[in-house]
Amino acid sequence: MFRDSLILARRTVTKMLRNPEQFIDVTVQPVLMTVIFVFIFGGAIAGGTHQYLQFALPGIIVQTIMFTSMTIGVNLNTDLKNGVFDRFRSLPIARSAPLVGAVTGDIVRHAIAIGVTLLFGVIIGFRFHTSWYEVLGAAALMVLFAVCLCWVSVLVGMLARSSGAVQGLSFLVVFPLTFGSSTFVPAGTLPTWLQSWVAVNPVTHVIESMRGLLVGHSVMSAGTTLGGEIAWVLVACVVLAGVFAPLATWAYRRRI
Amino acid sequence: MALAIEAHGLTKRFGRTQALAGVDLEVEAGRVLGVLGPNGAGKTTAVRILATLLRPDSGTARVAGHDVVHEAARVRRAIGLTGQYASVDEDLTGVENLVMIGTLLDLSTREAKARAAALLAEFGLAEAGKRLAKTYSGGMRRRLDLAASLVGDPSVVYLDEPTTGLDPAKRDDVWEMVRALVRRGTTVLLTTQYLEEADALADEITVIDHGRVIAHDTPHGLKRQVGGQTLEVRPASIDDVERVATILAQVSGRAVERPARDLLSVPVTGDEALTTTVARLAADGIRVTELLLRLPSLDEVFYSLTGESRRTAEAGGADGATRSDDTTEGKAA
Repeated sequence: MFRDSLILARRTVTKMLRNPEQFIDVTVQPVLMTVIFVFIFGGAIAGGTHQYLQFALPGIIVQTIMFTSMTIGVNLNTDLKNGVFDRFRSLPIARSAPLVGAVTGDIVRHAIAIGVTLLFGVIIGFRFHTSWYEVLGAAALMVLFAVCLCWVSVLVGMLARSSGAVQGLSFLVVFPLTFGSSTFVPAGTLPTWLQSWVAVNPVTHVIESMRGLLVGHSVMSAGTTLGGEIAWVLVACVVLAGVFAPLATWAYRRRI
Repeated sequence: MALAIEAHGLTKRFGRTQALAGVDLEVEAGRVLGVLGPNGAGKTTAVRILATLLRPDSGTARVAGHDVVHEAARVRRAIGLTGQYASVDEDLTGVENLVMIGTLLDLSTREAKARAAALLAEFGLAEAGKRLAKTYSGGMRRRLDLAASLVGDPSVVYLDEPTTGLDPAKRDDVWEMVRALVRRGTTVLLTTQYLEEADALADEITVIDHGRVIAHDTPHGLKRQVGGQTLEVRPASIDDVERVATILAQVSGRAVERPARDLLSVPVTGDEALTTTVARLAADGIRVTELLLRLPSLDEVFYSLTGESRRTAEAGGADGATRSDDTTEGKAA
Protein backbone atom coordinates (compact mmCIF):
# COMPACT_ATOMS: atom_id res chain seq x y z
CA MET A 1 0.00 0.00 0.00
CA PHE A 2 2.80 2.41 0.99
CA ARG A 3 4.97 1.51 -1.99
CA ASP A 4 2.03 1.60 -4.42
CA SER A 5 1.02 5.05 -3.18
CA LEU A 6 4.57 6.31 -3.66
CA ILE A 7 4.70 4.91 -7.20
CA LEU A 8 1.44 6.69 -7.97
CA ALA A 9 2.61 9.88 -6.24
CA ARG A 10 5.55 9.84 -8.60
CA ARG A 11 3.14 9.57 -11.50
CA THR A 12 1.33 12.69 -10.23
CA VAL A 13 4.58 14.65 -9.95
CA THR A 14 5.80 13.56 -13.40
CA LYS A 15 2.52 14.62 -14.97
CA MET A 16 2.72 17.94 -13.14
CA LEU A 17 6.23 18.66 -14.40
CA ARG A 18 5.15 17.87 -17.96
CA ASN A 19 2.26 20.38 -17.78
CA PRO A 20 3.88 23.53 -16.42
CA GLU A 21 0.66 25.49 -16.97
CA GLN A 22 -0.63 23.54 -13.96
CA PHE A 23 1.71 25.65 -11.86
CA ILE A 24 0.01 28.94 -12.66
CA ASP A 25 -2.26 28.68 -9.64
CA VAL A 26 0.69 28.06 -7.31
CA THR A 27 2.99 30.73 -8.79
CA VAL A 28 1.15 33.57 -10.51
CA GLN A 29 -1.95 33.47 -8.32
CA PRO A 30 -0.26 34.07 -4.94
CA VAL A 31 1.80 36.89 -6.44
CA LEU A 32 -1.33 38.52 -7.85
CA MET A 33 -3.20 38.09 -4.57
CA THR A 34 -0.36 39.62 -2.63
CA VAL A 35 -0.16 42.60 -4.98
CA ILE A 36 -3.91 43.17 -4.97
CA PHE A 37 -4.42 42.95 -1.23
CA VAL A 38 -1.26 44.59 -0.02
CA PHE A 39 -1.01 47.47 -2.47
CA ILE A 40 -4.68 48.10 -3.17
CA PHE A 41 -6.33 47.44 0.18
CA GLY A 42 -3.33 47.75 2.49
CA GLY A 43 -3.43 51.52 2.77
CA ALA A 44 -7.15 51.61 3.49
CA ILE A 45 -7.18 48.69 5.92
CA ALA A 46 -3.98 49.21 7.89
CA GLY A 47 -2.89 52.69 6.97
CA GLY A 48 0.31 51.48 5.29
CA THR A 49 1.44 48.70 3.00
CA HIS A 50 4.40 47.50 5.07
CA GLN A 51 2.37 47.10 8.22
CA TYR A 52 -0.33 45.34 6.28
CA LEU A 53 2.12 43.02 4.48
CA GLN A 54 3.35 41.69 7.84
CA PHE A 55 -0.25 41.06 8.82
CA ALA A 56 -1.69 39.73 5.56
CA LEU A 57 1.08 37.58 4.03
CA PRO A 58 0.56 34.61 6.38
CA GLY A 59 -3.13 34.78 5.44
CA ILE A 60 -2.36 34.96 1.74
CA ILE A 61 -0.23 31.81 2.05
CA VAL A 62 -3.15 30.04 3.66
CA GLN A 63 -5.54 31.31 1.00
CA THR A 64 -3.23 30.11 -1.77
CA ILE A 65 -3.01 26.68 -0.15
CA MET A 66 -6.80 26.57 0.12
CA PHE A 67 -7.06 27.03 -3.63
CA THR A 68 -4.24 24.63 -4.54
CA SER A 69 -5.85 21.99 -2.35
CA MET A 70 -8.98 22.17 -4.46
CA THR A 71 -7.26 21.41 -7.79
CA ILE A 72 -6.79 17.75 -6.94
CA GLY A 73 -10.52 17.01 -7.18
CA VAL A 74 -10.67 18.44 -10.69
CA ASN A 75 -7.64 16.39 -11.78
CA LEU A 76 -8.94 13.16 -10.28
CA ASN A 77 -12.36 13.67 -11.80
CA THR A 78 -10.72 13.93 -15.22
CA ASP A 79 -8.56 10.86 -14.52
CA LEU A 80 -11.62 8.82 -13.62
CA LYS A 81 -13.13 9.51 -17.00
CA ASN A 82 -10.27 8.65 -19.29
CA GLY A 83 -10.02 5.07 -18.11
CA VAL A 84 -6.63 5.20 -16.36
CA PHE A 85 -8.33 4.45 -13.06
CA ASP A 86 -9.98 1.37 -14.56
CA ARG A 87 -6.53 0.01 -15.04
CA PHE A 88 -5.54 0.83 -11.45
CA ARG A 89 -8.69 -0.80 -10.17
CA SER A 90 -8.01 -3.97 -12.12
CA LEU A 91 -4.53 -4.24 -10.58
CA PRO A 92 -3.88 -6.07 -7.30
CA ILE A 93 -3.15 -2.87 -5.35
CA ALA A 94 -4.93 -1.22 -2.41
CA ARG A 95 -8.07 0.52 -3.61
CA SER A 96 -7.08 3.73 -1.88
CA ALA A 97 -3.55 3.78 -3.35
CA PRO A 98 -4.41 5.93 -6.40
CA LEU A 99 -6.03 8.54 -4.14
CA VAL A 100 -3.30 8.50 -1.51
CA GLY A 101 -0.75 8.72 -4.34
CA ALA A 102 -2.43 11.78 -5.84
CA VAL A 103 -2.66 13.52 -2.46
CA THR A 104 0.99 12.73 -1.71
CA GLY A 105 2.15 13.94 -5.12
CA ASP A 106 0.33 17.21 -4.62
CA ILE A 107 2.69 18.06 -1.73
CA VAL A 108 5.03 19.33 -4.44
CA ARG A 109 2.43 21.89 -5.49
CA HIS A 110 1.80 23.01 -1.93
CA ALA A 111 5.53 23.40 -1.30
CA ILE A 112 5.92 25.50 -4.44
CA ALA A 113 2.95 27.69 -3.48
CA ILE A 114 4.37 28.32 0.00
CA GLY A 115 7.86 28.98 -1.36
CA VAL A 116 6.69 31.39 -4.07
CA THR A 117 4.46 33.37 -1.72
CA LEU A 118 7.15 33.70 0.94
CA LEU A 119 9.80 34.60 -1.61
CA PHE A 120 7.65 37.24 -3.26
CA GLY A 121 6.68 38.58 0.15
CA VAL A 122 10.32 38.93 1.15
CA ILE A 123 11.09 40.70 -2.13
CA ILE A 124 8.44 43.36 -1.50
CA GLY A 125 9.44 43.85 2.13
CA PHE A 126 8.06 41.05 4.31
CA ARG A 127 10.41 40.26 7.20
CA PHE A 128 10.50 37.18 9.40
CA HIS A 129 10.70 37.99 13.09
CA THR A 130 11.15 34.40 14.17
CA SER A 131 13.83 31.74 13.93
CA TRP A 132 14.45 29.57 10.89
CA TYR A 133 13.01 26.49 12.57
CA GLU A 134 9.77 28.31 13.29
CA VAL A 135 9.56 29.27 9.62
CA LEU A 136 10.17 25.64 8.61
CA GLY A 137 7.60 24.60 11.16
CA ALA A 138 5.12 27.01 9.59
CA ALA A 139 5.72 25.48 6.16
CA ALA A 140 5.38 21.96 7.56
CA LEU A 141 2.14 22.79 9.37
CA MET A 142 0.81 24.41 6.22
CA VAL A 143 1.61 21.35 4.09
CA LEU A 144 0.04 19.07 6.68
CA PHE A 145 -3.14 21.12 6.68
CA ALA A 146 -3.20 21.13 2.87
CA VAL A 147 -2.81 17.34 2.71
CA CYS A 148 -5.74 16.88 5.07
CA LEU A 149 -7.90 19.52 3.38
CA CYS A 150 -7.19 17.89 -0.01
CA TRP A 151 -9.46 15.01 0.94
CA VAL A 152 -12.49 17.30 0.84
CA SER A 153 -11.67 18.06 -2.77
CA VAL A 154 -10.96 14.39 -3.49
CA LEU A 155 -14.41 13.50 -2.18
CA VAL A 156 -16.04 16.19 -4.31
CA GLY A 157 -14.02 14.93 -7.30
CA MET A 158 -15.31 11.39 -6.74
CA LEU A 159 -18.92 12.45 -6.36
CA ALA A 160 -19.30 15.12 -9.04
CA ARG A 161 -20.25 14.20 -12.55
CA SER A 162 -18.05 16.72 -14.34
CA SER A 163 -14.81 18.48 -13.56
CA GLY A 164 -16.60 21.80 -14.02
CA ALA A 165 -18.93 20.87 -11.18
CA VAL A 166 -15.93 19.99 -9.02
CA GLN A 167 -14.53 23.44 -9.60
CA GLY A 168 -17.81 25.14 -8.72
CA LEU A 169 -18.35 23.06 -5.58
CA SER A 170 -14.76 23.59 -4.48
CA PHE A 171 -15.21 27.34 -4.61
CA LEU A 172 -18.29 26.99 -2.46
CA VAL A 173 -16.10 25.26 0.11
CA VAL A 174 -13.12 27.58 -0.16
CA PHE A 175 -14.77 31.00 -0.11
CA PRO A 176 -16.58 30.92 3.24
CA LEU A 177 -13.56 29.22 4.81
CA THR A 178 -11.06 31.74 3.45
CA PHE A 179 -12.94 35.00 3.76
CA GLY A 180 -14.85 34.05 6.88
CA SER A 181 -11.60 34.18 8.80
CA SER A 182 -9.01 36.69 9.90
CA THR A 183 -7.13 36.43 6.58
CA PHE A 184 -7.41 40.04 5.56
CA VAL A 185 -8.87 41.92 8.49
CA PRO A 186 -8.57 41.50 12.27
CA ALA A 187 -11.50 39.41 13.51
CA GLY A 188 -12.39 42.12 16.03
CA THR A 189 -13.65 44.40 13.22
CA LEU A 190 -16.34 41.91 12.17
CA PRO A 191 -19.99 41.78 13.32
CA THR A 192 -20.55 39.49 16.27
CA TRP A 193 -22.39 36.72 14.38
CA LEU A 194 -19.53 36.52 11.90
CA GLN A 195 -17.00 36.52 14.73
CA SER A 196 -18.53 33.33 16.09
CA TRP A 197 -18.05 31.63 12.71
CA VAL A 198 -14.50 32.97 12.47
CA ALA A 199 -13.75 31.56 15.89
CA VAL A 200 -14.68 27.99 14.90
CA ASN A 201 -13.39 28.17 11.34
CA PRO A 202 -10.23 26.01 11.28
CA VAL A 203 -8.72 28.33 8.67
CA THR A 204 -8.62 31.13 11.25
CA HIS A 205 -6.47 28.98 13.50
CA VAL A 206 -4.18 28.04 10.63
CA ILE A 207 -3.70 31.72 9.88
CA GLU A 208 -3.08 32.63 13.53
CA SER A 209 -0.51 29.83 13.73
CA MET A 210 1.19 31.10 10.58
CA ARG A 211 1.33 34.62 12.01
CA GLY A 212 2.78 33.36 15.22
CA LEU A 213 5.37 31.18 13.50
CA LEU A 214 6.40 33.68 10.81
CA VAL A 215 6.08 37.08 12.49
CA GLY A 216 5.49 36.57 16.16
CA HIS A 217 2.85 37.03 18.77
CA SER A 218 2.44 40.75 18.03
CA VAL A 219 0.32 40.14 14.90
CA MET A 220 -1.83 37.37 16.40
CA SER A 221 -5.36 38.14 17.56
CA ALA A 222 -5.80 39.16 21.14
CA GLY A 223 -6.32 36.30 23.57
CA THR A 224 -4.67 33.63 21.44
CA THR A 225 -1.53 31.64 22.14
CA LEU A 226 0.65 30.03 19.51
CA GLY A 227 0.54 26.65 21.21
CA GLY A 228 -3.25 26.78 21.46
CA GLU A 229 -3.67 27.71 17.81
CA ILE A 230 -1.34 24.94 16.61
CA ALA A 231 -3.22 22.43 18.74
CA TRP A 232 -6.46 23.60 17.11
CA VAL A 233 -4.94 23.08 13.64
CA LEU A 234 -3.71 19.59 14.50
CA VAL A 235 -7.17 18.64 15.74
CA ALA A 236 -8.71 20.07 12.54
CA CYS A 237 -6.23 18.02 10.47
CA VAL A 238 -7.13 14.81 12.28
CA VAL A 239 -10.84 15.50 11.83
CA LEU A 240 -10.54 16.47 8.15
CA ALA A 241 -8.41 13.44 7.25
CA GLY A 242 -10.32 11.13 9.55
CA VAL A 243 -13.68 12.02 8.04
CA PHE A 244 -12.97 12.87 4.43
CA ALA A 245 -10.27 10.34 3.50
CA PRO A 246 -12.49 7.33 4.31
CA LEU A 247 -15.49 9.03 2.67
CA ALA A 248 -13.49 9.76 -0.48
CA THR A 249 -12.18 6.19 -0.62
CA TRP A 250 -15.70 4.90 -0.16
CA ALA A 251 -16.99 7.16 -2.96
CA TYR A 252 -14.17 6.00 -5.20
CA ARG A 253 -14.94 2.33 -4.64
CA ARG A 254 -18.60 2.95 -5.20
CA ARG A 255 -18.10 4.86 -8.41
CA ILE A 256 -18.52 2.79 -11.53
CA MET B 1 -10.74 -28.91 -19.98
CA ALA B 2 -10.59 -26.40 -17.13
CA LEU B 3 -12.78 -23.34 -17.32
CA ALA B 4 -10.84 -20.07 -17.12
CA ILE B 5 -14.01 -18.01 -16.92
CA GLU B 6 -17.24 -19.31 -15.49
CA ALA B 7 -20.19 -17.01 -14.83
CA HIS B 8 -23.69 -18.00 -13.81
CA GLY B 9 -26.80 -15.87 -13.68
CA LEU B 10 -25.07 -12.49 -13.50
CA THR B 11 -27.44 -9.61 -13.00
CA LYS B 12 -26.74 -5.92 -12.60
CA ARG B 13 -29.08 -2.99 -12.45
CA PHE B 14 -28.18 0.69 -12.77
CA GLY B 15 -31.11 2.74 -11.53
CA ARG B 16 -33.94 1.78 -13.84
CA THR B 17 -31.75 0.09 -16.42
CA GLN B 18 -31.35 -3.66 -16.14
CA ALA B 19 -27.88 -3.91 -17.69
CA LEU B 20 -27.58 -7.65 -17.13
CA ALA B 21 -30.59 -9.88 -16.65
CA GLY B 22 -28.99 -13.23 -15.92
CA VAL B 23 -25.93 -13.90 -18.04
CA ASP B 24 -24.00 -17.19 -18.17
CA LEU B 25 -20.56 -17.26 -19.74
CA GLU B 26 -18.02 -20.05 -19.98
CA VAL B 27 -14.58 -20.00 -21.52
CA GLU B 28 -12.16 -22.90 -21.50
CA ALA B 29 -8.56 -22.09 -20.67
CA GLY B 30 -6.59 -21.02 -23.71
CA ARG B 31 -9.64 -20.30 -25.86
CA VAL B 32 -11.16 -17.10 -27.22
CA LEU B 33 -14.75 -16.23 -26.43
CA GLY B 34 -16.33 -13.50 -28.50
CA VAL B 35 -19.11 -11.63 -26.70
CA LEU B 36 -21.16 -10.06 -29.38
CA GLY B 37 -23.93 -7.54 -29.07
CA PRO B 38 -25.14 -4.09 -30.05
CA ASN B 39 -24.34 -0.96 -28.05
CA GLY B 40 -25.93 -1.09 -24.62
CA ALA B 41 -26.40 -4.87 -24.70
CA GLY B 42 -24.48 -5.33 -21.44
CA LYS B 43 -21.12 -6.47 -22.81
CA THR B 44 -19.06 -3.90 -20.97
CA THR B 45 -20.98 -4.45 -17.72
CA ALA B 46 -20.22 -8.17 -17.96
CA VAL B 47 -16.53 -7.50 -18.54
CA ARG B 48 -16.37 -5.03 -15.66
CA ILE B 49 -17.88 -7.61 -13.31
CA LEU B 50 -15.43 -10.27 -14.49
CA ALA B 51 -12.58 -7.75 -14.04
CA THR B 52 -13.70 -7.03 -10.42
CA LEU B 53 -14.53 -3.40 -11.24
CA LEU B 54 -18.21 -3.96 -10.50
CA ARG B 55 -20.05 -6.28 -8.15
CA PRO B 56 -22.92 -8.23 -9.62
CA ASP B 57 -26.32 -7.77 -7.94
CA SER B 58 -26.72 -11.53 -8.09
CA GLY B 59 -25.07 -14.49 -9.73
CA THR B 60 -21.54 -15.80 -9.36
CA ALA B 61 -18.42 -15.68 -11.43
CA ARG B 62 -15.08 -17.42 -11.13
CA VAL B 63 -12.04 -16.32 -13.09
CA ALA B 64 -8.88 -18.45 -13.10
CA GLY B 65 -10.50 -20.47 -10.33
CA HIS B 66 -11.22 -17.52 -8.02
CA ASP B 67 -14.48 -15.86 -7.12
CA VAL B 68 -14.63 -12.31 -8.50
CA VAL B 69 -16.35 -10.94 -5.40
CA HIS B 70 -14.79 -12.84 -2.51
CA GLU B 71 -11.32 -13.38 -3.97
CA ALA B 72 -11.06 -10.18 -6.01
CA ALA B 73 -7.39 -9.65 -5.19
CA ARG B 74 -6.49 -13.10 -6.51
CA VAL B 75 -8.54 -12.52 -9.64
CA ARG B 76 -6.72 -9.22 -10.22
CA ARG B 77 -3.40 -11.08 -10.18
CA ALA B 78 -4.60 -13.30 -13.00
CA ILE B 79 -6.22 -10.83 -15.36
CA GLY B 80 -5.33 -8.12 -17.83
CA LEU B 81 -7.87 -5.54 -18.97
CA THR B 82 -7.93 -3.45 -22.10
CA GLY B 83 -10.84 -1.08 -21.90
CA GLN B 84 -13.01 0.45 -24.54
CA TYR B 85 -11.00 3.64 -24.34
CA ALA B 86 -7.27 3.19 -24.44
CA SER B 87 -6.44 3.77 -20.79
CA VAL B 88 -2.87 4.89 -21.03
CA ASP B 89 -1.45 7.88 -19.26
CA GLU B 90 -0.98 10.51 -21.93
CA ASP B 91 1.57 12.60 -20.03
CA LEU B 92 3.83 9.61 -19.51
CA THR B 93 6.03 7.95 -22.14
CA GLY B 94 5.33 4.43 -23.34
CA VAL B 95 8.16 3.12 -21.17
CA GLU B 96 6.97 5.04 -18.09
CA ASN B 97 3.44 3.73 -18.51
CA LEU B 98 4.60 0.11 -18.55
CA VAL B 99 7.25 0.52 -15.84
CA MET B 100 4.70 2.11 -13.53
CA ILE B 101 2.35 -0.85 -13.94
CA GLY B 102 5.22 -3.29 -13.54
CA THR B 103 6.28 -1.74 -10.24
CA LEU B 104 2.66 -1.65 -9.06
CA LEU B 105 2.65 -5.38 -9.78
CA ASP B 106 5.56 -5.75 -7.33
CA LEU B 107 8.32 -6.06 -9.92
CA SER B 108 11.57 -4.36 -8.99
CA THR B 109 12.37 -1.26 -11.05
CA ARG B 110 14.93 -3.26 -13.00
CA GLU B 111 12.54 -6.10 -13.73
CA ALA B 112 9.81 -3.65 -14.68
CA LYS B 113 12.13 -1.88 -17.12
CA ALA B 114 13.14 -5.17 -18.73
CA ARG B 115 9.51 -6.23 -19.00
CA ALA B 116 8.55 -2.86 -20.51
CA ALA B 117 11.31 -3.07 -23.11
CA ALA B 118 10.33 -6.60 -24.09
CA LEU B 119 6.64 -5.73 -24.46
CA LEU B 120 7.31 -2.53 -26.38
CA ALA B 121 9.51 -4.47 -28.80
CA GLU B 122 6.86 -7.14 -29.18
CA PHE B 123 4.21 -4.55 -29.98
CA GLY B 124 6.34 -2.58 -32.40
CA LEU B 125 6.72 0.38 -30.06
CA ALA B 126 10.42 0.06 -29.24
CA GLU B 127 11.20 3.32 -31.02
CA ALA B 128 8.16 5.17 -29.71
CA GLY B 129 8.73 4.04 -26.13
CA LYS B 130 10.59 7.20 -25.18
CA ARG B 131 7.88 9.49 -26.51
CA LEU B 132 4.89 10.76 -24.56
CA ALA B 133 1.81 8.65 -25.17
CA LYS B 134 -0.16 11.71 -26.23
CA THR B 135 1.94 11.88 -29.40
CA TYR B 136 0.87 8.34 -30.36
CA SER B 137 -1.58 7.54 -33.13
CA GLY B 138 -4.82 5.75 -32.25
CA GLY B 139 -3.39 2.39 -33.28
CA MET B 140 -0.21 2.90 -31.25
CA ARG B 141 -2.26 3.80 -28.18
CA ARG B 142 -4.26 0.60 -28.48
CA ARG B 143 -1.05 -1.37 -28.78
CA LEU B 144 0.41 0.35 -25.72
CA ASP B 145 -2.84 -0.27 -23.87
CA LEU B 146 -2.75 -3.94 -24.77
CA ALA B 147 0.92 -4.12 -23.76
CA ALA B 148 0.00 -2.50 -20.43
CA SER B 149 -2.58 -5.19 -19.75
CA LEU B 150 0.07 -7.88 -20.35
CA VAL B 151 2.74 -6.57 -17.98
CA GLY B 152 1.65 -8.96 -15.24
CA ASP B 153 1.65 -11.91 -17.67
CA PRO B 154 -2.06 -12.57 -17.04
CA SER B 155 -3.64 -15.92 -17.82
CA VAL B 156 -6.94 -14.26 -18.72
CA VAL B 157 -7.21 -11.11 -20.84
CA TYR B 158 -10.33 -9.03 -21.43
CA LEU B 159 -10.45 -6.98 -24.57
CA ASP B 160 -13.42 -4.65 -24.49
CA GLU B 161 -14.10 -3.55 -28.05
CA PRO B 162 -10.40 -3.42 -28.86
CA THR B 163 -10.81 -2.20 -32.44
CA THR B 164 -13.67 0.29 -32.11
CA GLY B 165 -12.71 3.42 -33.99
CA LEU B 166 -9.64 1.96 -35.69
CA ASP B 167 -9.18 1.92 -39.46
CA PRO B 168 -9.00 -1.52 -41.13
CA ALA B 169 -5.20 -1.70 -41.28
CA LYS B 170 -4.86 -0.90 -37.56
CA ARG B 171 -7.63 -3.34 -36.84
CA ASP B 172 -5.68 -6.09 -38.58
CA ASP B 173 -2.70 -5.22 -36.35
CA VAL B 174 -4.83 -5.71 -33.25
CA TRP B 175 -6.21 -8.98 -34.58
CA GLU B 176 -2.70 -10.25 -35.17
CA MET B 177 -1.82 -9.35 -31.57
CA VAL B 178 -4.85 -11.22 -30.27
CA ARG B 179 -3.79 -14.29 -32.23
CA ALA B 180 -0.31 -13.96 -30.75
CA LEU B 181 -1.86 -13.87 -27.28
CA VAL B 182 -3.74 -17.07 -27.95
CA ARG B 183 -0.57 -18.74 -29.21
CA ARG B 184 1.03 -18.15 -25.81
CA GLY B 185 -1.89 -19.88 -24.17
CA THR B 186 -3.78 -16.86 -22.83
CA THR B 187 -7.53 -17.11 -22.41
CA VAL B 188 -9.20 -14.18 -24.14
CA LEU B 189 -12.64 -12.70 -23.66
CA LEU B 190 -13.30 -10.28 -26.45
CA THR B 191 -16.32 -8.05 -26.75
CA THR B 192 -17.19 -6.61 -30.10
CA GLN B 193 -19.96 -5.14 -32.15
CA TYR B 194 -18.34 -6.48 -35.29
CA LEU B 195 -19.36 -9.93 -36.34
CA GLU B 196 -16.46 -10.11 -38.70
CA GLU B 197 -14.16 -9.66 -35.72
CA ALA B 198 -15.79 -12.39 -33.65
CA ASP B 199 -15.77 -14.65 -36.68
CA ALA B 200 -12.08 -14.01 -37.31
CA LEU B 201 -10.86 -14.43 -33.73
CA ALA B 202 -13.27 -16.34 -31.55
CA ASP B 203 -13.52 -20.08 -30.96
CA GLU B 204 -16.99 -19.59 -29.59
CA ILE B 205 -19.43 -16.72 -29.64
CA THR B 206 -21.96 -15.64 -27.05
CA VAL B 207 -24.52 -13.21 -28.40
CA ILE B 208 -25.91 -10.79 -25.80
CA ASP B 209 -28.81 -8.44 -26.24
CA HIS B 210 -30.73 -6.52 -23.56
CA GLY B 211 -28.64 -8.10 -20.84
CA ARG B 212 -29.47 -11.67 -21.85
CA VAL B 213 -27.62 -14.36 -23.71
CA ILE B 214 -29.62 -15.02 -26.85
CA ALA B 215 -27.26 -17.50 -28.48
CA HIS B 216 -24.05 -19.37 -27.79
CA ASP B 217 -22.22 -21.50 -30.32
CA THR B 218 -19.17 -21.72 -32.54
CA PRO B 219 -19.15 -19.18 -35.37
CA HIS B 220 -19.95 -22.00 -37.77
CA GLY B 221 -22.69 -23.40 -35.54
CA LEU B 222 -24.29 -19.99 -35.17
CA LYS B 223 -24.50 -19.54 -38.89
CA ARG B 224 -25.96 -23.01 -39.24
CA GLN B 225 -28.41 -22.41 -36.38
CA VAL B 226 -30.04 -19.58 -38.21
CA GLY B 227 -30.07 -21.68 -41.37
CA GLY B 228 -30.44 -20.43 -44.90
CA GLN B 229 -27.48 -21.16 -47.13
CA THR B 230 -26.74 -19.29 -50.31
CA LEU B 231 -25.53 -20.79 -53.57
CA GLU B 232 -23.43 -18.50 -55.72
CA VAL B 233 -22.42 -19.19 -59.32
CA ARG B 234 -20.23 -17.17 -61.66
CA PRO B 235 -20.37 -18.48 -65.25
CA ALA B 236 -17.14 -18.36 -67.29
CA SER B 237 -18.98 -16.61 -70.10
CA ILE B 238 -21.34 -13.71 -69.56
CA ASP B 239 -23.55 -15.17 -72.33
CA ASP B 240 -24.41 -18.12 -70.06
CA VAL B 241 -25.87 -15.99 -67.28
CA GLU B 242 -29.48 -16.45 -68.41
CA ARG B 243 -29.16 -20.24 -68.77
CA VAL B 244 -27.55 -20.54 -65.34
CA ALA B 245 -30.29 -18.39 -63.84
CA THR B 246 -32.91 -20.73 -65.22
CA ILE B 247 -31.15 -23.79 -63.76
CA LEU B 248 -30.78 -22.13 -60.34
CA ALA B 249 -34.43 -21.11 -60.31
CA GLN B 250 -35.49 -24.66 -61.11
CA VAL B 251 -33.20 -26.27 -58.50
CA SER B 252 -34.09 -23.90 -55.68
CA GLY B 253 -37.63 -22.93 -56.55
CA ARG B 254 -36.74 -19.37 -55.40
CA ALA B 255 -36.09 -16.06 -57.14
CA VAL B 256 -32.50 -15.68 -58.37
CA GLU B 257 -30.57 -12.54 -57.47
CA ARG B 258 -27.80 -10.98 -59.52
CA PRO B 259 -25.44 -9.17 -57.07
CA ALA B 260 -22.95 -8.48 -59.87
CA ARG B 261 -23.23 -8.47 -63.66
CA ASP B 262 -21.80 -11.97 -64.00
CA LEU B 263 -22.71 -13.38 -60.58
CA LEU B 264 -25.90 -15.17 -59.57
CA SER B 265 -27.01 -16.00 -56.08
CA VAL B 266 -29.97 -17.91 -54.72
CA PRO B 267 -31.02 -19.08 -51.24
CA VAL B 268 -31.16 -22.87 -50.96
CA THR B 269 -32.09 -25.42 -48.34
CA GLY B 270 -30.62 -28.87 -48.03
CA ASP B 271 -27.25 -30.17 -49.09
CA GLU B 272 -28.40 -31.76 -52.34
CA ALA B 273 -28.91 -28.34 -54.01
CA LEU B 274 -25.19 -28.05 -54.64
CA THR B 275 -24.78 -31.49 -56.25
CA THR B 276 -27.93 -31.13 -58.36
CA THR B 277 -26.74 -27.77 -59.65
CA VAL B 278 -23.31 -29.10 -60.50
CA ALA B 279 -24.86 -32.04 -62.38
CA ARG B 280 -27.23 -29.77 -64.36
CA LEU B 281 -24.43 -27.36 -65.29
CA ALA B 282 -22.25 -30.25 -66.47
CA ALA B 283 -25.10 -31.75 -68.50
CA ASP B 284 -25.63 -28.43 -70.29
CA GLY B 285 -21.89 -27.99 -70.85
CA ILE B 286 -21.76 -24.67 -68.98
CA ARG B 287 -18.36 -23.73 -67.56
CA VAL B 288 -18.18 -21.72 -64.36
CA THR B 289 -15.31 -19.85 -62.72
CA GLU B 290 -16.87 -19.75 -59.28
CA LEU B 291 -19.38 -21.95 -57.51
CA LEU B 292 -19.90 -21.91 -53.81
CA LEU B 293 -22.32 -22.81 -51.09
CA ARG B 294 -22.12 -20.06 -48.48
CA LEU B 295 -23.37 -20.13 -44.89
CA PRO B 296 -25.07 -16.89 -43.84
CA SER B 297 -22.68 -14.16 -42.77
CA LEU B 298 -22.56 -13.45 -39.08
CA ASP B 299 -24.16 -10.10 -39.83
CA GLU B 300 -27.22 -11.88 -41.09
CA VAL B 301 -27.18 -14.21 -38.08
CA PHE B 302 -26.80 -11.30 -35.74
CA TYR B 303 -29.62 -9.24 -37.12
CA SER B 304 -31.80 -12.28 -37.25
CA LEU B 305 -31.07 -13.13 -33.59
CA THR B 306 -31.20 -9.64 -32.12
CA GLY B 307 -34.27 -8.73 -34.15
CA GLU B 308 -35.93 -11.82 -32.78
CA SER B 309 -35.06 -11.09 -29.16
CA ARG B 310 -36.41 -7.57 -29.53
CA ARG B 311 -39.67 -8.80 -30.91
CA THR B 312 -40.11 -11.46 -28.24
CA ALA B 313 -39.29 -8.86 -25.62
CA GLU B 314 -41.86 -6.52 -27.08
CA ALA B 315 -44.45 -9.27 -27.21
CA GLY B 316 -43.90 -9.74 -23.47
CA GLY B 317 -41.74 -12.77 -24.16
CA ALA B 318 -44.92 -14.80 -24.51
CA ASP B 319 -43.77 -17.06 -27.30
CA GLY B 320 -41.38 -17.45 -30.18
CA ALA B 321 -44.05 -17.37 -32.84
CA THR B 322 -42.40 -14.53 -34.70
CA ARG B 323 -39.37 -16.57 -35.61
CA SER B 324 -40.17 -17.02 -39.28
CA ASP B 325 -41.52 -13.49 -39.62
CA ASP B 326 -38.60 -11.71 -41.18
CA THR B 327 -40.39 -8.69 -42.50
CA THR B 328 -40.86 -6.89 -39.19
CA GLU B 329 -37.19 -7.12 -38.29
CA GLY B 330 -36.17 -3.70 -39.48
CA LYS B 331 -39.09 -1.93 -37.84
CA ALA B 332 -38.72 -3.74 -34.54
CA ALA B 333 -35.08 -2.73 -34.29
